Parts: sequence; structure tokens; C-alpha cells
Amino acid sequence: MTAIVNVFLKEGVLDPQGKATHHALDSLGFEGVKDVRIGKQIVLQLDTDDKAKAEAEVKEMCETLLANTVIEDYNIEIK
Amino acid sequence: MKVAVLRFPGTNCEFDTQYAFEKLGHETELVWHENDTLPSDIDMVVVPGGFSYGDYLRSGAIARFSPVMKAVTKYANEGGKVLGICNGFQILTEAGLLPGALKRNNNLHFISKHQTLRVENTDNAFLNQCETGEVLNIPIAHADGNYYIDDEGLEKLEANGQILVRYCDEDGNRVVVNGSVTSIAGVCNEKKNVFGLMPHPERALESILGSEDGMKMLKGFGA
Repeated sequence: MTAIVNVFLKEGVLDPQGKATHHALDSLGFEGVKDVRIGKQIVLQLDTDDKAKAEAEVKEMCETLLANTVIEDYNIEIK
Repeated sequence: MKVAVLRFPGTNCEFDTQYAFEKLGHETELVWHENDTLPSDIDMVVVPGGFSYGDYLRSGAIARFSPVMKAVTKYANEGGKVLGICNGFQILTEAGLLPGALKRNNNLHFISKHQTLRVENTDNAFLNQCETGEVLNIPIAHADGNYYIDDEGLEKLEANGQILVRYCDEDGNRVVVNGSVTSIAGVCNEKKNVFGLMPHPERALESILGSEDGMKMLKGFGA
């Protein structure tokens, strides 16, 4: 199975990269962008067919290493 | 005093740190990150600056799982003194030994320059040679030094006197350097035996290099 983990800075935590990119889009004339948040995507190939087990394991990985929950939120998609 | 200086793949301030503590008359020993114990006769652990594990994933995120960090956590929990400088500060926050986290600088630049710092609190094992309100000139060199903590956490830090240094101008007024919450440059834990800061006191030892205020700061650590 494949697990796709998206990690973003929490709402309310200023995202300097998102802000700079937003500014660049504005400068290039792309109007109507209300907000830009930049995160990272981590793709894991897992050696299991058990979706529930995979989800639980990846959640533990996120809590332990993949995200810093002081400043970041994450979501997990299992395929 | 004997100081253990940790070394991870990518650490690059370990020799400067050794030089600083030896100049102050202390003994030092480098400890490789794969060691799962610390020398038994030490009085302090320093996690020096650098780019451990290339800053991959997040600064300090991978180094905190090195075998030596288990020993450091145990040492800190037993009341041992631990100092984290720059990447060392990032490692200590990732390890949960210090509150908060360090984000990318607001302007996205790697900032490398001399910076004045205001001593905020001297009631701890680190800054006892300094005066509250004193302004020190200590260099900074970092891309991820933007200290973040939520409002509740900040209140606790303030109430417990855990904010030890803030970025300021020459007169001691707070300045925005990298976007840190209330210009925080360094904090300690609740028990006040673990201290992390982004500035590099080990790079301010001789006036010919711009400042010797780092000597003053580090002197307190062995007092």
C-alpha cells in the first residue's frame, strides 16, 4: 500500500514560504489568491495490505518523526 | 568542569565549542552521536551548532533520535546541565527537552551577522555572570531560528522566567531579527538546567573578532 502524508504548518502559525510565494504571485499579476500555504508531501510504500494497520502505523510515524506537532498538522491518505 | 561536546554527522561547531570551554579552563571531550552513554565524570553536555543530518525533514528532527540523545535526556532529567547552541537548540526542542519549535526565518534568508541580545533573566545556572537588562554582542548564523510557541506556552515561559535572551538593539529595545515570538533568542526548561539559544557565544571570544561577550556568557556556565 502507499501512504501519502501531507505536513503543513498549523493554522495561525505564520508560514514564511507561503507568504513569500503569495507575494510573488501577486507581483506576477495572478489576482484572487487569498492565501498560500506551503507544506511537504511524504510518500511511503508500505509492506502491508491491511488499511487500518497501515493508517495506525503511519499516524505513529507522524507523531514520532514526520511532523513536529508543536507547529505542524498532518493528514494521511492510504491507497 | 568537564564538558561533553556532542558530534553528529553534519555538526560543524564542535571544535569552536571545545576551544571556548578550554579557553575558560575547562576540560572537554567530544562524544560521537552513536555512543549510547555519556562520560561518567562530566558536569555539562553541549549540543553544538551545525547542520546535523543536513537539516533533512526539519532541523534537528533526525539527530534527536541518535543513541546519544537518550543518554542526554536521562542526564537532563536527572538535573544535569545541557546547553544547545543553534542547531543544538533545534535538536533540544525536537527532543522535547525545551519548549517551542524553530521555524524558517520570516525573511527566508540565512542570517549571519553580529547581533545584540538583551539578558532577560539571570536566575539560572547559565547567565549568572550577567546582569538583567545587559546587552551582549553575539553572532547569529541560522536559517531556522524563528522561535514559535503558542500563547499559553509563552505565558508559562514568562511566568517561570524561562526566557533568557531576546534580540535587541544597542539600547536593549526588542528588534525583529527572524520573526521569533516576542524576539526570543534563547529559552531554558522549567527546571532551568537545559538552555538553548540560536546565537553563538563560542564565536565571540576575542575582541579582534568583533566581540568577547561570548566569554562572559559562557563563564557563567561553569560557575
